[in-house]
Amino acid sequence: MSKYTLTINGQSRSVDVASDTPLLWVLRDSLDLVGTKYGCGVGMCGACTIHLNGVPTRACMTPVSTVGKMKVTTIEGLAAESGKLHPVQQAWSDLDVAQCGYCQSGQIMTAAALLKDNPKPNDEDIDGAMAGNLCRCATYMRIRAGIKLAAGLTTAGQGGAR
Amino acid sequence: MSTPTLAQSVGRRDFLKLTGLAGGGFALAFYIRSGGEAAAADAAATGDFAPNAFVRISPTGAVTIVSKQPEMGQGVKTSLPMIIAEQLEVPWKDISIEQGDFDEKKYGGQSAGGSQSTPSNYDNFHVVGATVRTMLVQAAAQTWGVPVTECRAEKATVIHTSGKKLTYGQLVAKASALPVPAKDAVTLKQPKDFKLLGTRIAQFDTPKIVTGKSLFGIDVKLPGMLYAIYEKCPAFGGKVVSANLDQIKTLPGVKDAFILEGNGKVKELVPGVAIIADSTWSAFSARKQLKIVWDEGKVVNESWETFVTQAKEKSTQPGQRTLRKDGDPDAALASATKTVEAHYTYPFISHANLEPQNTTAHWHDGIMEIWSPTQIPSIGTGMVNRVLGIAPDKIKLHLNRAGGGFGRRIGADYLIEAAAIAQKVNAPVKLTWSREDDLRHDQYRPGGIHFLKGGVDAKGKVVAWKNHCFTFGEGGSPGSGGGLSGDEFPGRWIANYHAEQTMFDTGWPMGPWRAPGSCVFAWVMHSFIDELAHAGGRDPLELRLELLGDKDEMPAGNPGGAAKGKQPPAGYNVARMRNVLKFAAEKAGWGTKKFAKGSGAGLAFHFSHRGYFAQVAEVTVSKDGQLKVDRFVTGVDIGAQVVNLSGAENQVEGSVIDAMGVLMYQELNIERGRTVQSNFNDYPMIRITDAPAKIETHFLKTAFPTTGLGEPALPPVAPAICNAIFAATGKRVRQFPLSRTDLRWT
Repeated sequence: MSKYTLTINGQSRSVDVASDTPLLWVLRDSLDLVGTKYGCGVGMCGACTIHLNGVPTRACMTPVSTVGKMKVTTIEGLAAESGKLHPVQQAWSDLDVAQCGYCQSGQIMTAAALLKDNPKPNDEDIDGAMAGNLCRCATYMRIRAGIKLAAGLTTAGQGGAR
Repeated sequence: MSTPTLAQSVGRRDFLKLTGLAGGGFALAFYIRSGGEAAAADAAATGDFAPNAFVRISPTGAVTIVSKQPEMGQGVKTSLPMIIAEQLEVPWKDISIEQGDFDEKKYGGQSAGGSQSTPSNYDNFHVVGATVRTMLVQAAAQTWGVPVTECRAEKATVIHTSGKKLTYGQLVAKASALPVPAKDAVTLKQPKDFKLLGTRIAQFDTPKIVTGKSLFGIDVKLPGMLYAIYEKCPAFGGKVVSANLDQIKTLPGVKDAFILEGNGKVKELVPGVAIIADSTWSAFSARKQLKIVWDEGKVVNESWETFVTQAKEKSTQPGQRTLRKDGDPDAALASATKTVEAHYTYPFISHANLEPQNTTAHWHDGIMEIWSPTQIPSIGTGMVNRVLGIAPDKIKLHLNRAGGGFGRRIGADYLIEAAAIAQKVNAPVKLTWSREDDLRHDQYRPGGIHFLKGGVDAKGKVVAWKNHCFTFGEGGSPGSGGGLSGDEFPGRWIANYHAEQTMFDTGWPMGPWRAPGSCVFAWVMHSFIDELAHAGGRDPLELRLELLGDKDEMPAGNPGGAAKGKQPPAGYNVARMRNVLKFAAEKAGWGTKKFAKGSGAGLAFHFSHRGYFAQVAEVTVSKDGQLKVDRFVTGVDIGAQVVNLSGAENQVEGSVIDAMGVLMYQELNIERGRTVQSNFNDYPMIRITDAPAKIETHFLKTAFPTTGLGEPALPPVAPAICNAIFAATGKRVRQFPLSRTDLRWT
């Protein structure tokens, strides 16, 4: 067991865990941040996507010992401190993207990183960026629409809850 | 404040009267009464108005609806309460929804499967909402001393013709003292007045989903909770001979390790080794050090490829049983103008819920308390009772949102494992399956092989059909969805028809997979119908309409081999199918488009889960054989009322892409009684890059009762796409997944 002090969602958090523990399980079991999901453990599904210094990263493949001073952002820390949702979260709400919802925190984290890099993505950009995130319920049409809505490329009214 | 409970104030005769209400039957009396006593007792303590198990209104006006059905992404936690809210006249934004625990004495049936949640609750929930609204109106009328006919309910307020108003919160005390109204005092709001049903409403849990709040079974955390893994024999039905438990117990974080013997059933408590640790990762890490000697049992002699070879050898011999025989198919084939012969093969596949199977259980005070993402909770509690000998009233089951169902969580193997482990651990314990556990120990959709012969006459009319299908099962009956029904379309429609079945008895675990049976049979039948259409030079739509014929109803036959998990034999409303087929074809512009080589359109239809579906696919296949679905059109007839339009469209879109994924990628090979694949690297699932450019869902409103949408949109998808591939390339897809067919063209 080793002690690590991590910067998670702007807060300093200390944990005492085995050095090979994936960040995923540190978040879920030690810090009660369960929005980051376990889906495959091998980086194939994207359900555990978080941001490390703003870069979308698979928490299941990131040993806690490698995190160091990098800033960790999870789905719980994506909204503004005021509670105002990130535009991607808002679009997901407006379009009722989810079915079971299990993959959606990972989808949202990947989409948020895409829009930071590329505020006006085209269809190919969207599919390319999101290809690593599985949705078993196959809500892919609404994921595309959600990203376009969050990017301001569309207005509401194209299906979904609005 | 103490108030008399409604349940107590209603005598037996009143219950009997209630049973006469529209659509309710016994279930209505049950709904109004049952749970009423408990709900009212709780309510008495808080001053809430809770006339039944589903609705609670506080003196502050807070309205809570309890959702009894398990939620797994099909949207019932939102859509079913919408029905109550519509009748109750409370704005949706003011309603809070709670997930009910498993308690069928209180709520009635809580099984979520077979797309039955909507049809089995729709009428009752209208009455539940209307009854509560009626009582609130009566309470206001009494307060004002006016006739109820001068009062109406709107936006959680009762309004008198004079303009006087009382909010529901203000009426709680008075309404709580009223008896449940008699039949003719409850007026159901009529569809023309619906303001909520048929609109697009986001799921109630959406705020939690998009912010990552604890919601799913796997998110459960209890004080002092420990974490478990459970290692089972890779070969189905294998047993533990010995394991290095002493060494495992010395590993970091490990609290205990032990062997469970199992109950001898491959879909219940399977033998294995449990490791209990202080975190998921400690348990996962210790697992890597496990050394287990297995007795692998007899299934090590069984492999998929061997069965396929056997099927080919036996295909020309008579089947084990005839499912249906009409006329003289051999003579009709002999005199047919053209005949076609083909065989269709689909492999076993997994459900692959993205949330791996898990359950938390706590054995305390003689009670087994369980938190589980389950579809049919009574199966799990029944198993706990049977296998562990715990009395039903000592089993408490909380229902968690499930990260996908698709039929997998009808099985309760993971639930019984957690309970059996918890019985040996003096703390709450959460069992988490790895992805590898999930793929290796699913209850799989059975594979199958169909050997078909068909004949058409000089006009291209289908005159003969023979099918010898090979399926898999255990103990003498096919696995769920493995048994072809003698009534399966086009059985009953072709004068010279023979369907027979041969089953391989295996020890492989099989279970219901989204639209069991239908999810594969629609592909086989509508692909072969397409082959016959092309053989006879007929338009695929026109031939299908000819096949359906002029009769409006096709009565149920006496089908053999009806599968577990499939609908019971049912009459087939041919008129509805013809109408929805024409509707979908018209929406898609069938026959009006010219396609370049490499592009084309295909169609298919299917009736399952009480819903009538017809679909048209437009595809492009590149010269190097890559498929792109350009447009996919679905015509839906699920009756009179779409409940939540947003959820309904989402279910159809998801079904279309799910079916595409099965067609394009899914294949679970079994060799020597165990799976070859183990994770998403070798068991690929469809990704966003393959999603169609455009999916259109069109609802054809009919006068029939409202039915469910979790499954019936899926079956015709694969045949519509495969028929489009043929139109585009001249290549016929007769095997799943698509990678096994060379689609390159020049």
